[in-house]
Amino acid sequence: MNMDLSRRGFLKLAGAGVAATSMGALGFGEAEAAEIAHVRPFKLAMTTETRQTCPYCSVACGIIIYSKGDVRKGDKAEVVHIEGDVDHPTNRGTLCPKGAALKDFVKSPTRLLYPMHRKPGSDKFERMSWDEALDRIARLMKDDRDANLLLKNEKGLDVNRWTTTGMLAASATSNETAWATFKFAKSIGMVGFDNQARV
Amino acid sequence: MTNAWTDIKNTDLVVVMGGNAAEAHPCGFKWVTEAKAHRGAKLIVVDPRYTRTASVSDYYAPIRQGSDIAFLNGVMKYCIDNGKVQWEYMKAFTNASYIVKDGFGYQDGLFTGYNEEKRDYDRSSWDYVIGEDGFAVTDPTLEHPRCVWNLLKEHLAPYTPELVSQVCGTPKEKFLKVAEMIAECSSPTKTMTSMYALGWTQHSKGSQNIRAMAMLQLILGNIGVRGGGMNALRGHSNIQGLTDLGLMSHLLTGYLTMPTEKDTDFETYMSTRLFKPLRPGQTSYWQNYKKFMVSFQKAMWGDAATAENGWAFNYLPKLDVPAYDILRMFELMNHGKVNGYICQGFNPILAFPNRAKITSSLSKLKFMVTMDPLETETSRFWENHGDFNDVDTASIQTEVFQLPSTCFAEEDGSLTNSGRWLQWHWQASSPPGEAKHDSWIIAQIFLRMRELYRKEGGAFPDPILNLSWEYEDENEPTAEELAKEINGRALTDLMDPTDPTKVLVAAGKQVVNFSQLKDDGSTMSGCWIYSGCWNEQGNNMGRRDNHDPDETGAYLGWTFAWPLNRRTLYNRASADINGKPWDPTRKLLEWDGAKWTGYDVPDIAPTAKPQDVGPFIMNQEGVSRLFTRGMMRDGPFPAHMEPFESPVENVFNRKMRGNPVARVFQSDADQLGTSAEFPYAATSYRLTEHFHYWTKHNRVNSALQPDFFVEISEELAAEKKITNGGWVRVWSKRGSVKAKAVVTKRIRPLICDGKPVHIVGIPLHWGFTGSAKKGFGPNSLAAFVGDANIETPESKAFLVNIEPSTAPKDKEASV
Repeated sequence: MNMDLSRRGFLKLAGAGVAATSMGALGFGEAEAAEIAHVRPFKLAMTTETRQTCPYCSVACGIIIYSKGDVRKGDKAEVVHIEGDVDHPTNRGTLCPKGAALKDFVKSPTRLLYPMHRKPGSDKFERMSWDEALDRIARLMKDDRDANLLLKNEKGLDVNRWTTTGMLAASATSNETAWATFKFAKSIGMVGFDNQARV
Repeated sequence: MTNAWTDIKNTDLVVVMGGNAAEAHPCGFKWVTEAKAHRGAKLIVVDPRYTRTASVSDYYAPIRQGSDIAFLNGVMKYCIDNGKVQWEYMKAFTNASYIVKDGFGYQDGLFTGYNEEKRDYDRSSWDYVIGEDGFAVTDPTLEHPRCVWNLLKEHLAPYTPELVSQVCGTPKEKFLKVAEMIAECSSPTKTMTSMYALGWTQHSKGSQNIRAMAMLQLILGNIGVRGGGMNALRGHSNIQGLTDLGLMSHLLTGYLTMPTEKDTDFETYMSTRLFKPLRPGQTSYWQNYKKFMVSFQKAMWGDAATAENGWAFNYLPKLDVPAYDILRMFELMNHGKVNGYICQGFNPILAFPNRAKITSSLSKLKFMVTMDPLETETSRFWENHGDFNDVDTASIQTEVFQLPSTCFAEEDGSLTNSGRWLQWHWQASSPPGEAKHDSWIIAQIFLRMRELYRKEGGAFPDPILNLSWEYEDENEPTAEELAKEINGRALTDLMDPTDPTKVLVAAGKQVVNFSQLKDDGSTMSGCWIYSGCWNEQGNNMGRRDNHDPDETGAYLGWTFAWPLNRRTLYNRASADINGKPWDPTRKLLEWDGAKWTGYDVPDIAPTAKPQDVGPFIMNQEGVSRLFTRGMMRDGPFPAHMEPFESPVENVFNRKMRGNPVARVFQSDADQLGTSAEFPYAATSYRLTEHFHYWTKHNRVNSALQPDFFVEISEELAAEKKITNGGWVRVWSKRGSVKAKAVVTKRIRPLICDGKPVHIVGIPLHWGFTGSAKKGFGPNSLAAFVGDANIETPESKAFLVNIEPSTAPKDKEASV
């Protein structure tokens, strides 16, 4: 985690400083002081900041995500705000209409929460446990591979090619996920394997 | 991108053609604004629509979609005819002087060797004359009639301003103004940058569109310099990364290629990939292929990959066709030849052309798995939504698994941006519900399959049982573990080649970068071009030093760029043949008499003498190619070809349709429309407020652009009695959509080949899930044909008809 300068700490100090010095300097009376004391604390002051990049286009603007809770301390963390990272050389804090609304993506009402299953011919999705879904997928894939892996071509050459199950990989996943996905797909002999680069 | 986003500020002229950066890449486009404000740079936009990029341009010229090659060839001809060439650069750093074989020629829109039946060329004549010494024969005086330069001039001769105007619909004076502005950048102290995107790739000759501009940039001396380059503005945040990592049918990692049936064993595979230099003394860096390939096989299969078994070469599947690309897979699927399909963060029923065919294909699957953070139309392709998804649910026998995955905010890892920067990000929040990381889901499917193979045996289990899967928790490899594997490490002690008693890298330690990889099995590396991303110095992708000495825009301390943290590719070409910068105010590198020094990591051996070694070290020639030999299926020079569905005939060959060597499946050929039936030229694009099919799930973006619409000119609206804001039906030979009409001055009819051509603009962000109103997209209409070299569908140019209509009906309303 790279948080050499804590903006949260900076904001807290700056806020306190402004309150203390300006009150004295401007000669506020008790009523004003009481009013200032009621000002809601800056809403990001108690959040965890995380350096991130926008997942949309390939400019890859730097962003800062403010969360309640810290995943690194084992907390359940929830995003409360996302803004441009002023330290980032490319976007220097700015965001476009897509990036500025990123929190809406993370908290979209149509985020998927549970594995769902649709039986052949059915008109609905039904919940399924992860274990059940994964076991069934592995079984379907193995059975298809065992039945259809082409071991040799007509000349007797090892080709180990599996054309009857394919995969589209996601160009929004990380390089690390992509490498794990690559290892999986190529080792099982899958050749109908592409990502969004072709579209 | 050859250059970085932050480098655009160094340019004198920005040409946006085949893209719309102000709307699709807004924060990157800020660097264009920066160049305009602080350098006095100019911006040219050439596009069928007067886009928001055009609205801030210095000069706008309209063009008919799918005619870019004619335009660019016309500009090249203009530059050459007017002596606007960076002569020294062109002579030293391109293959202009290479002599081409006698058989090669071009006539009636076709190169030598065309076989109509096979829809392919015999490319044997598209090559250099090779001398007795084994090197290509050249004529540095450029006087030889068969040298590339003279053949190029001959090839470009027909592309007069009149022809450009006839083909492209660009008024002649507008074309000439653009050509004149571009030609100014032939000066060694003026640079131009090309910013393009899917507007160039999604054509049946997309690769040649890009080639044409790359050649123009080489003639002008704009590759490898600050403020120059060919800058592909990639569509997704990590589409560059997934391509680099080889998640494609025909690739392995780092642009190593998948074996084919011709590669009977490892030695045969290597024999066609040795890339001997074609000129004396050249680097031809791919000579190191074997080091990267063996290290890759070791990363995949560890101890099971040995010298004795050809590094487990037979574990890799071998292709019998150029690729099982998406179009081929859906064609097979539609014929019932595919049983299972996984869509990870991918929405093919909206993203692929001819939606009816995609839906029909998915309906023939036995099972489909989707992995996505959001609902997708694909995961619900079987669900009836009235006009918006008119399917017979009960008849669809596909079993569907919809698996919830995490989104960016909930994971650690790196994404590679368009400028090849690998930027690390850190997890900020907890996944909702039972959503899981993609890497966990993949690991689970893999481990469960492996377990079944262990227990039951089955078809060739070896590559699965022996796949290297050494993670602390094999159920969920961490991003750090995977990144380290991509970088690579020493498997045994690596000795210093200059002092064999000294250990350079101890066994188990990370290699510093790919220069330490070996072809003897003593190293492993998942993806050689990424090597250096996480070495013994730590995670270089997480670096955040944003200092920029002398404000060159390089930011060498910010994250990590591949290869070797190099920010501008071919940067040795920023200096002349003696190593002096062409433009001292824009120095990137300089030869100090003993080595290359400067602001970037040299794209050449640091001590390679400037007169001896050419800047294009990945090419066997050491120079760049104005003539590509037989490396592209549709020609060594870019030639004008019409889209498969075009409102006009090809002026070079009126019988020729589309790209003469593009693959077209019979059922798709039958579904191509003609301009008699479908008179209007349609194109597709993005809007500022939306990103693909994701942001329609966001309330803010859905409120900003709630409704699907199409854009037409006032002239077409008047002709068809269409009112602004009224409903229209737009249909092609393959499908029909209903949309609100936006009648606009942004689109004007063009006069092409003597007749008016009306353009219909179709944005691509709507479907039947999410917060926005239900709608359609251009791919319901686009043709199922791809680029001849890489099979990118021709979604930017197809034919439609249009008429006033009524609102589409949802399911509830229709029952």
